[in-house]
Amino acid sequence: MELNNFVEKMADCFNQTEASEITPSTRFRELEEWGSMMALIVIAMIDSDFNKTVDADDLKAANTIEELLTIVQNKPTN
Amino acid sequence: MRVFSVPNVRIKGVAAAVPATTADNLDCALMNEKERELFVKTVGIRYRKVAPKNITAADLCEAATKRLITDLNWLVEDVSILIFITQTPDYIIPNSASLLQHKLGLSKNCIAFDVNLGCSGYVYGLSIISSLLQSQIGGKALLLVGDVSTHIISPNDKSTVPLFSDAGSATALEFSLGGKMTFHLQTDGAGFDDIIVPDGGFRQPINETSFEDQEYTLGVVRNRAQMKLDGLKIFNFALREVAPNINTLLKEAIIDKDSIDYVLLHQANLLMLESVRKKLQLYPERVPYSLHDFGNTSSASIPVTMVANLRHQLANQSLRLLLSGFGVGLSWGSCYLGTENICCPEMILVE
Repeated sequence: MELNNFVEKMADCFNQTEASEITPSTRFRELEEWGSMMALIVIAMIDSDFNKTVDADDLKAANTIEELLTIVQNKPTN
Repeated sequence: MRVFSVPNVRIKGVAAAVPATTADNLDCALMNEKERELFVKTVGIRYRKVAPKNITAADLCEAATKRLITDLNWLVEDVSILIFITQTPDYIIPNSASLLQHKLGLSKNCIAFDVNLGCSGYVYGLSIISSLLQSQIGGKALLLVGDVSTHIISPNDKSTVPLFSDAGSATALEFSLGGKMTFHLQTDGAGFDDIIVPDGGFRQPINETSFEDQEYTLGVVRNRAQMKLDGLKIFNFALREVAPNINTLLKEAIIDKDSIDYVLLHQANLLMLESVRKKLQLYPERVPYSLHDFGNTSSASIPVTMVANLRHQLANQSLRLLLSGFGVGLSWGSCYLGTENICCPEMILVE
């Protein structure tokens, strides 16, 4: 359930990418739209919707959206 | 520092000055068209004010101060305190406040000094100047705050160029029985190099390598005498610290959030400001933003927003304001104060 919710929120962050392209196994940093601005948008989304803080290293450590969720889940709640 | 209040000081006027030259981020050559649009939508900055090389922060503050003194009908000899907050002084030595004391024709009995602070500078400056002024019955003081940040960034660095803008400001304060300002100020020097100009101080003086360009990532080229900004770290810092800092001020000073007319946040980044606003559960109409038209003007961004967005309200109403500045240092703080029909001239353009 949380995975679906997280994928949906990630799809909302990526405006220029078809929502159908955003799945648990999507390698989000390889999407054409990815860049420093998208990193800010994803960090802000995780902060506001999941009350967790991820940093640049966390984003680099995750290859797929599912891996990013695992990192988020392992973070303490703010 | 614990939350503290300074009695018997009131703001009498605020003025701001910006360079007449405007740059448009939709024309920024460092980004492609899609990046530009995403930047303006997300970071919220469309236009930037860019000072030519012969205009300094002190010049912008001088222009704002002269207008404010005139509009307030102040006599320059009555001013006993001048504080200039900047990270872009005219010289390494001497301080710029002494120069400004002379240029403004202030008395030799006036104390004048610089303080090196950026985005938190306006709030810190109010705390320093009010603390000095509260012992001066009948005293008058000037807080000058501003930077020409565009002069210390690389023109080839897309992590700084579209953000920074130049401005100077002047705030006139008077000893006034019954006035009160309440502060909550904090520091975390562990993040000293999140925003830094590495070379040019005395830790790493200018040397033969200082002006060698280095490409850090695509579109981020700068030398060691120019400003580095770690945008993601600063973003997380603001998300983590700003709302709790404000909430502690409100709680300890027993201030009802609903009694505040406007919350003025340092104009850093729209996504960041909106996150902070939502954490504080504030309505958008109570949190004005000037960054679309004026960019990130460092320490001047709060007075710039006062002039650009609230001039008529400040001039014609009694307001309760909450101010919050955060950034380089890392340094951050908030201030709660009241204003009553203060002098607030229109934005001054400096050619």
